[in-house]
Amino acid sequence: MALTIAEVEHVAMLARISLNQSEKEQFALELGLVLNYADRLKSLQTDNIQPLDHILPVSNVFREDVVIGSPDREDMFANAPMAEDGQYRVPKII
Amino acid sequence: MELFELTVHALQQKLASRQVSSEEIVKSIFARINKVDDKVKAFITLTEEDALNKAREVDNAGQYKGIAGIPLGLKDLFCTPGVNTTCGSKMLADFVPTYASTAFRRLEEQQGILAGKLNMDEFAMGSSTENSSFFATCNPWDLTRVPGGSSGGSAAAVSADEVPFSLGTDTGGSIRQPASFCGVVGMKPTYGRVSRWGVIAFASSLDQVGVISKDVYDNALIMKIIAGHDHLDSTSAALDVPDYTACLDGDIKGLRVAYPQEYFGSGVDAAIKDAIKKALLKYEELGAIVEEVSLPHSEYALPAYYLVAPAEASANLARFDGVRYGYRDNEAENMEAMFSQTRCQGFGDEVKRRIMLGTYALSSGYYDAYYLKALKVRRLIADDFTRVFKDFDIIVAPTTPTTAFKLGKQSGDPLTLYMNDILTVPVNMAGLPGMSIPCGFDQGMPIGMQIIGKAFDEATIYKAAYAYEQSTNFHTMKPALGVE
Repeated sequence: MALTIAEVEHVAMLARISLNQSEKEQFALELGLVLNYADRLKSLQTDNIQPLDHILPVSNVFREDVVIGSPDREDMFANAPMAEDGQYRVPKII
Repeated sequence: MELFELTVHALQQKLASRQVSSEEIVKSIFARINKVDDKVKAFITLTEEDALNKAREVDNAGQYKGIAGIPLGLKDLFCTPGVNTTCGSKMLADFVPTYASTAFRRLEEQQGILAGKLNMDEFAMGSSTENSSFFATCNPWDLTRVPGGSSGGSAAAVSADEVPFSLGTDTGGSIRQPASFCGVVGMKPTYGRVSRWGVIAFASSLDQVGVISKDVYDNALIMKIIAGHDHLDSTSAALDVPDYTACLDGDIKGLRVAYPQEYFGSGVDAAIKDAIKKALLKYEELGAIVEEVSLPHSEYALPAYYLVAPAEASANLARFDGVRYGYRDNEAENMEAMFSQTRCQGFGDEVKRRIMLGTYALSSGYYDAYYLKALKVRRLIADDFTRVFKDFDIIVAPTTPTTAFKLGKQSGDPLTLYMNDILTVPVNMAGLPGMSIPCGFDQGMPIGMQIIGKAFDEATIYKAAYAYEQSTNFHTMKPALGVE
């Protein structure tokens, strides 16, 4: 059961990935295959099961609020596709 | 034996007794790499000059403590300051990290020497290393076959004697499966045992760093160095790390070994089932108590994994937007188009497929039906293991349903390739430690035995693996590679 092209376009928009027509058709088919496979989970009764979102029983890990070293600013900018005056340069936003 | 063939502990002895220098070891390793890596293609980046300089420094200091002076390889998703870290992706082809991953830093603090960065499936998504944006790695036992993945370069390099050990990561089997395919030892420790700081993330509730080595002793030795709490990774466990090598005494009398019937189903090759059954007989011979058990939800682990892992990946990979680092499409006229074009051109097919799948599973209207459902099933899978571990110390099973397959053979249908992970993903879903060690051959290709342990009980896995290894000779077999 393939996804519709409209569904693929919606997901691609959410994921910010532009796709051409043949990729849309390919993903419609392939995502359908995997989701179809995932549908076998529906045969399991899980109404009273707590979801397991994390293996370790830890939450809210705190540390002292002390300043530690941070990477060098210039080194960080060396990886930027475009930078100017100590800021990242991007195309027009609005 | 040549220096490049030796284990870490053999090299340690030679250095400590001043029979060889670190420089000689590093030279031997690079001579080997130059000879075989055009066939195996395990490395993306080599750091020969730095490695030789570091080796001379260690030799001049004359102190050979820990792994000082011993070379190593890293899967190309461990951040290495000043050295390209590509994650096997065009997206990060020119990325140079400014800081070191904790696991690598701990090896460097002992003066371990980086030989280079190893090939992998793009963003660790794949089971064959064919999803690398750069090139495919070949299996040293048969160059027409895959080394497994996603840590395929890490396993192939150790198998081909290009490095004595390497680090990899395992989200759904990415250490154990290539270790099995390449006939080497691979350990994925408990989730939280090793810091993930500075490791490029795939699925954060599943990813774990581990060691690929030539034998069990080396694996235990390196794990002790990299494991333990790290304040930079709040999911790393604040637990003491035992001295794993201290428990390698070969005595497993009374050890309770379970083998789950679901891992010996019709999808698993007969030769592999036979090899594991023989290994179980060996365990009985060594004094262990071996019994069949059931992990009834095993068949649901793979479909649940292929919702949870892509969902987490879709969030983690949102950061690759062409703004701060990595590839950018420079043609786009506005910001929105720049994001979408950058991600379209920078990511390969499998990465896009999983981002799309994960985005779908998390999207409005499908969250409960897919993502939440998968997390509930994850609980059932973890509970299965908890039940068995009330009465048993370890679980033994095959690592993979087949031995290494031919290059190009499984690149068509994504679901077929996902099936390779069927025996390894349950362990990640439950967060448990799991190891693969060599246990036989089928038509010249290595077979791996998986040993699964209780949470944070890597020590018992190492103990059981060592006892088996020392009573067999599979770990001493080497691929011919057509060179002398």
